[in-house]
Amino acid sequence: MSENLENKDNAVSERDEIYSLNDDRRVKVLSPGALVAKRFFRNTLSVVGLVMIIAMFIFSFIGGFASPYAEDEIFYTYTDMKKNYVTATRNDAFRYAVADGEQFSSTLQAKFQLAYNNNESSFTYQNVTYDLSEDGTDLYTITTDDTVVAIAFKDIVNAPDDAAETISFDLRKAALSAYTNNASTFELNGQIYTVDKNGNVKNNDTLVAYISRFIVQAAEPGVNITREFKEKLEDALESDSAEFRYIDQDDAEAVYEIEYKPASMTWNVMQDKSTYVKMTYASPSKTHPLGTDSNGMDMLTRLMYGGRVSLIIGFIVVFIGAFLGVIMGGISGYFGGWVDNLIMRIVDIFYCIPSTPLIIILGAAMDAMQVEPRIRMLYLMLILGFLSWPGIARLIRGQILSLREQEFMTATEACGISVQRRIFHHLIPNVIPQLIVICTMDLGSTILTEATLSFLGLGVKFPFASWGNIISDVNNSFVMTNYWFIWIPAGICLLISVLGFNFIGDGLRDAFDPKMKR
Amino acid sequence: MRKFIVKRLLLSVVILFCVTFIIYLIMRCLPGSFVESRAMQLATAPGAKPYEEWLAQLNAMYGLDKPIVIGYFGWLKDFFSGNFGDSWKYTVPVLEKFNDTVWLSFIMGAISFVLELVIAVPLGIIAATRQYSRADYAISVFALIGISLPTFFFATLLKLLFSVRLGWFDLVGLVSRNYQLMTPFQQFWDKAYHLVLPIITLTIVSIGSLMRYVRTNMLEVLNADYIRTARAKGLSEKKVIYHHAFRNTLIPLVTIIGGSLPGLFSGALITEQLFAIPGIGYASYYAMVIGDIPFSMFYMTFLAILTLLGNLISDILYAVVDPRVRIA
Repeated sequence: MSENLENKDNAVSERDEIYSLNDDRRVKVLSPGALVAKRFFRNTLSVVGLVMIIAMFIFSFIGGFASPYAEDEIFYTYTDMKKNYVTATRNDAFRYAVADGEQFSSTLQAKFQLAYNNNESSFTYQNVTYDLSEDGTDLYTITTDDTVVAIAFKDIVNAPDDAAETISFDLRKAALSAYTNNASTFELNGQIYTVDKNGNVKNNDTLVAYISRFIVQAAEPGVNITREFKEKLEDALESDSAEFRYIDQDDAEAVYEIEYKPASMTWNVMQDKSTYVKMTYASPSKTHPLGTDSNGMDMLTRLMYGGRVSLIIGFIVVFIGAFLGVIMGGISGYFGGWVDNLIMRIVDIFYCIPSTPLIIILGAAMDAMQVEPRIRMLYLMLILGFLSWPGIARLIRGQILSLREQEFMTATEACGISVQRRIFHHLIPNVIPQLIVICTMDLGSTILTEATLSFLGLGVKFPFASWGNIISDVNNSFVMTNYWFIWIPAGICLLISVLGFNFIGDGLRDAFDPKMKR
Repeated sequence: MRKFIVKRLLLSVVILFCVTFIIYLIMRCLPGSFVESRAMQLATAPGAKPYEEWLAQLNAMYGLDKPIVIGYFGWLKDFFSGNFGDSWKYTVPVLEKFNDTVWLSFIMGAISFVLELVIAVPLGIIAATRQYSRADYAISVFALIGISLPTFFFATLLKLLFSVRLGWFDLVGLVSRNYQLMTPFQQFWDKAYHLVLPIITLTIVSIGSLMRYVRTNMLEVLNADYIRTARAKGLSEKKVIYHHAFRNTLIPLVTIIGGSLPGLFSGALITEQLFAIPGIGYASYYAMVIGDIPFSMFYMTFLAILTLLGNLISDILYAVVDPRVRIA
């Protein structure tokens, strides 16, 4: 114990021997930069801001390389889509077939309809009397003086799929009359035909026609609907089932869903078909942690590249603004007089120009000119940069006005240092602290402006991603309500970056301020 | 004082002249303008004249065939004689459209401005008086978040929460579907109800800077010598803060409030567009996007005048409120 004490005493006395009491080295000396850094890091908020910005930088710049996908890589997927395959309608209106060499005009058709509605057995038109005789269910034969003029029917006689010739009137009439009376055979021109329940009309086992109440139309051109398919469909429709299976000529089996549309009184038959489509708005999964966007691109990767664009635009714009602002402000503050007056009036004019409307007008004009997205980004940076210098110029001028009167400037003048050197080597470095603070704050607001413009569709354009144009998907309210993963992460990234820059700017302002107590 | 105001007014006129000329120049030089797309559209009609003839006719009709400088002075002459022209997009006189929309924007702006003041001033003072306390940190962070929040993101979040999830408000628009069936009193409340979300958005995104302004100025005052004197006299802390410090904080506060009064008429471009509130910002956004020169010129000139007026008011108020300031 006592030994320890002695040792300590020795150590103290040794140090005292090395440095005398008024030696500077006894005091821990910090350079101004280190002082600022110390004050900066003591502020919790600024450290938080720094961490946020570093995180966003890593996310945007390194993340882009780490991501397995490219910025505009589109992902596709197979999906079972219900496609409208055919539409079926039940025929409820009379159709007419006219006997060879006879006339049955639409007026007569209307007359027939009227007579049918009134249950009359004949009607007269232009002094000719037409007689109707019911030959079967919904089958009427119209005759004048025992000559058959036409038949009216509701069941439709179709030629088989591969038949080239049309069905003759006589065959049509005979087949319909057999079918509607549930007869299984009929004879025509010495040939025996058979009719089955499904309406197939055969002559010696070859299909010559088929009868059906339904009209089936393909939804897309080029689709050949077979008789077999129609039969299946009719069975399904008659048994009121909601779906049926059918194996087509290529041996592909598919499920068809039947959907009745009361408005048009049709049945839509949907085919479940596997389709190769862009993977739009896929939910977050292992391969796509934030899902995919409206173009089938990986959201997380888009977010990273978007961050790159937003941050780079922010830095370039602020650099342009600071560059112009320092030069103009420096000249204005140093020379004073009419130069100062002129530059400050220009600054006043720039302040007075409503910047947001101006940028919107320019953006809309670029839309009209269809400027290429890459060039457009460049223009955007130039415009924003050119509109941002007056604020910096005003600040620099104010600082320089006060610095100009100080002794060290008199000293530089006495030493005969050139004007250029005096401004840029002696005045400007003294303004750097304020410049850094305002630039950091400007970075945040520039990123916000760019994001707002891109959100309105007037800034960064597809195929380039930017946080603003990622969020612009919410203009579709379905996306807003159902796909949070599209726009909330981008908004949070934006908030974190801008907040980070503001925290850092705030912390720097306090750290640079010598009056600060802490 | 009068000399100062006259001088400032004259300077403002010169600035305004330059600003309007620059804006006119930009608007005239931009290709793909309203007239060109209009001519394109008319020329595609069956049996129409070719594009060039339509373009020449429309240019003559809208007075765009004159050189820019002469066109500008023509515009200036019309402007001073109170003729602001007809809006191309809305096909009514600019002033009529302006009068239809500006009051809604003003009401929105004024309400959110009052809300900002009511919230920001007390919070700023609390933050300053308890510097480095937890409350100060919370308020500072809140203010900075308000500044950093993108308007469109915040508005969309509000919409998602209050319109979609809770279903309290309509997603967009100023009136309900059954607006025509309501009594005038109900119509008033309907409009007010639809303005709630836009006003919240406006207030939150612009409250931050005011709060920080109050805090900074209050801190400055609290470090002043007369506050130390007041404390040394043994006054209660309450009296020191609300009697001595706050009154002195009012000087910069009144200045900035006065200066931002004209800005209440400028409309909220983004917020109005997001909520489809037919105010001046909404109307001018669509006019500007389509390249409607009379309306855009009028709106931008209006904004420039508001800015100049704001600066002038704050300068004058500064001299009026603070007896130490004497303007030559």
